[in-house]
Amino acid sequence: MRKMILLAFMTTFLVACGEPNVDNTMPGVDGRVSLSGKVQLDGSSTVFPISEAVAEDFGAVAPKVRVTVGVSGTGGGFKKFANQEIDISDASRPIKASEAAKAVAAGVGFIELPVAYDGISLVVSLENDWVDYLTVAELNQIWQPDSTVTTWKDVRLEWPAETIRLYGPGTDSGTFDYFTGVVNGKEQASRGDFTASEDDNVLVQGISGDKYSLGYFGFAYYIENADKLRAVPILGPDGIVAPTVATINNGTYAPLSRPIFIYVNKSALDRPEVVGFVDYYLENAGKLAGEVGYIALPASVYQAAKDRVAKKITGSAYLPDSTLSKLVGQ
Amino acid sequence: MKTSPSSNGESLGHRSASLRRRHLIAALFKALCIGFTLFAVSVLGLLIAQVGADGLPWLDTQFLNNFPSRFPEKAGIKSALYGTLWVVSLTALIALPMGVLAAIYLEDYAPASRLTRVIEINIANLAGVPSIVYGILGLAIFVRFFGLERSVLAGAMTMSLLILPVIIISSKEAIRAVPSSIRLAAYAVGATQWQVVRSHVLPAAIPGILTGVILALSRAIGETAPLIMIGALTYVAFTPEGPMDEFTALPIQIFNWASRPQAEFHELAAAGIIVLLVVLLTMNALAVFIRYKGTQK
Repeated sequence: MRKMILLAFMTTFLVACGEPNVDNTMPGVDGRVSLSGKVQLDGSSTVFPISEAVAEDFGAVAPKVRVTVGVSGTGGGFKKFANQEIDISDASRPIKASEAAKAVAAGVGFIELPVAYDGISLVVSLENDWVDYLTVAELNQIWQPDSTVTTWKDVRLEWPAETIRLYGPGTDSGTFDYFTGVVNGKEQASRGDFTASEDDNVLVQGISGDKYSLGYFGFAYYIENADKLRAVPILGPDGIVAPTVATINNGTYAPLSRPIFIYVNKSALDRPEVVGFVDYYLENAGKLAGEVGYIALPASVYQAAKDRVAKKITGSAYLPDSTLSKLVGQ
Repeated sequence: MKTSPSSNGESLGHRSASLRRRHLIAALFKALCIGFTLFAVSVLGLLIAQVGADGLPWLDTQFLNNFPSRFPEKAGIKSALYGTLWVVSLTALIALPMGVLAAIYLEDYAPASRLTRVIEINIANLAGVPSIVYGILGLAIFVRFFGLERSVLAGAMTMSLLILPVIIISSKEAIRAVPSSIRLAAYAVGATQWQVVRSHVLPAAIPGILTGVILALSRAIGETAPLIMIGALTYVAFTPEGPMDEFTALPIQIFNWASRPQAEFHELAAAGIIVLLVVLLTMNALAVFIRYKGTQK
């Protein structure tokens, strides 16, 4: 569903930006060598590997630009973004209305750019031989705030009457926000008695060593640990689908695949080094996302995003402008 | 002593039994001590062996000379190592004079009033405040209020706050250990307080002061929480050129590598830990050397 919303919005951008006129703002490949200055990014640890990869490669074509990438979580990144401490905010979920209101109140116009897809993988131990798939309703039954599920049998009668031990990312994580939003209908609404860690490697360790465990985290961590864990297929609108690069890319792994974003401060785009970096980001995000375990967006989406940068179109596709102006008005 | 041979033999037998029991208890206690020491040392040894086995193959000049990268074989620790050295040097420049002067004031100048006692107790308490609290303070004061942003200077000032109590306390101990006969002798020949402090108290106290300072700086090197709080960065592909430049530090780089999904980065984290250990051991060796030199005279 979210995916469809995203695609719908992307198509709108495409149509809206039908005749891009970007030649005057985009420095060519040769122009990049002479760029200098600073570009500062901060935010989600999920987006970090992509931003780091882009920063690393950009350093080779524009050696005089000092790009730095911090990790303070999606929420922490938006705080610094609204404080104008950074030029670009890494986000593993769309900006929230409250965050957008703070940014606008501080006079920060933001340009929302999707850079890749990430799938949230539900994983169990390799010893778990009974789970064939889970439905979103079952996930909700397990993870809702007042859940009564304590054993696997409580989920489906034919499953073992053993205590189900749950693992998930910490509450500061964008993955947690997204999962709770999709599964429980409200972000941050979740049962509290699960093993939470900001470090996904801790979750991998815990789940792989515990036969009766169930946990979730980003697809990139599942791929790297596919020999230790089993991903549970999810019954979505397109049937029972396991998370793979192909199913996340074509949208059939639903509803647990999500776009991840960077948000660019509009006034930072007055600096040529930021324009150069953002353009480079969008040109290479698809290739680099694959390298670090994420899934590239369709080329048309990157093109649409580049047009947004060229035309400095601010706002979020996930927040109606009316909501935003109302919030700012308060 | 007049005792019958029979009773003598009895009491001797009784005595040797109690003696044997006491020796047994002594031996047991010794074994217990050795056992726990061995346990502690072997846990440490195991940790170092594990880190060494994972990290040593990655440790070469390329690792020390490269910036971080998404390719493990190209990744290096240069920016983190330089960042740490910058922060520690600046921290020493700020905290050393401040801490030593405060200690001299509190020991030799301050009147023995209730206020002085309150200050001393507060300093002792500050030494026990969790480091993250200093990070929050640093973020509010240095980064935001003074507008130092996420610079080496902001990091060094935060670290200085963190280790100042430790430096003041250890410097006070060192100054207090200078025999009062030395001070009194100097006063007796008409030296002013400044002359007493400069020519007699400080020279005698310096080995102790420096040992305390270096151990405090070693603590600062391993601290991550305050640096993360003030927003030290994770990906930095340049070395700081001045105190206002952005930076990253060894513990942050190690944490970043350890939290990645790929196993190669976990080994890089181990290599980073070895570099951090070498820096720490070098500083501790320096402390031992200074103390040795100082006590030789």
